[in-house]
Amino acid sequence: MATIQPIAGELEPHPDVALVERVRGGDVSAYDTLVRKYERQIFRIAQHITQNREDAEDVMQDAFLKAYEKLEQFQGNSKFYTWLVRIAVNESLMRLRKRRTGKMVSIDEDIETEEGSVPRDLADWAPDPEQNYTQSELGKILEKTIKGLPPGFRVVFELRDVQGLSTEDTAEALGLSIPAVKSRLLRARLQLRERLSRYFRRKKGAEK
Amino acid sequence: MTCTEFLALLDDLIDDEVSVETRTELQQHLHGCEHCEVTLSTTRKTIEIYRSHQIYDLPAGLRERLHAAIMARCKKGC
Repeated sequence: MATIQPIAGELEPHPDVALVERVRGGDVSAYDTLVRKYERQIFRIAQHITQNREDAEDVMQDAFLKAYEKLEQFQGNSKFYTWLVRIAVNESLMRLRKRRTGKMVSIDEDIETEEGSVPRDLADWAPDPEQNYTQSELGKILEKTIKGLPPGFRVVFELRDVQGLSTEDTAEALGLSIPAVKSRLLRARLQLRERLSRYFRRKKGAEK
Repeated sequence: MTCTEFLALLDDLIDDEVSVETRTELQQHLHGCEHCEVTLSTTRKTIEIYRSHQIYDLPAGLRERLHAAIMARCKKGC
């Protein structure tokens, strides 16, 4: 598995910088390239937070439109994608607040939970356990499993482990401290592992 | 090294952010601790499965429709 490491002393300008400059110069087709590059990732982040397909579609559109409107405010000292994620997270939270009136939803709220902090299910998994399920079954298992985690854990896991962002970029995108990102990531990984064990553990003397 | 100490360094080990000395200590612990070995291998597998079977993917048709809607509004100046 590829490891994800921060790039030390990153001096080369990110390729997005040139695209952003072209958009600022009035070239809308450069924005088309940026949207194509990131639309699926932004949709997934919105799904993780809102847990609602229609809301995620709206968030994705609104985030890209807002980023386009506010492009003059984008400072080159952060990455375009990190800045975009921050907009998408805020849009997702706003939509959730509209839907669940009175119920506060937050990414930076720390969830005190012991779940997963000490691994309990210590049974080994079957080799390639995902192959015991169809693609559709597996998709449902993965969705159901991650839905049980707090929103802040889900988004940290998505950004760090699925999309491969560095701890620093994840912290910046979510407005969290680096220790907070690290602590959430560990708990997210362990909780997901614990929950997936129910499906993937090696069965004694029997096929699934 | 205790299991608690191992667990505290689990993420750094998975992300390959440990020194050579720490890695050696972690590996020594793993040789004698089946529980931590299972925790490490199944946590790695958890990440690998989520990475290779991405959930919430946009179907191509919907992606094109949303993309077209975004670009149409950008061209009008939002």
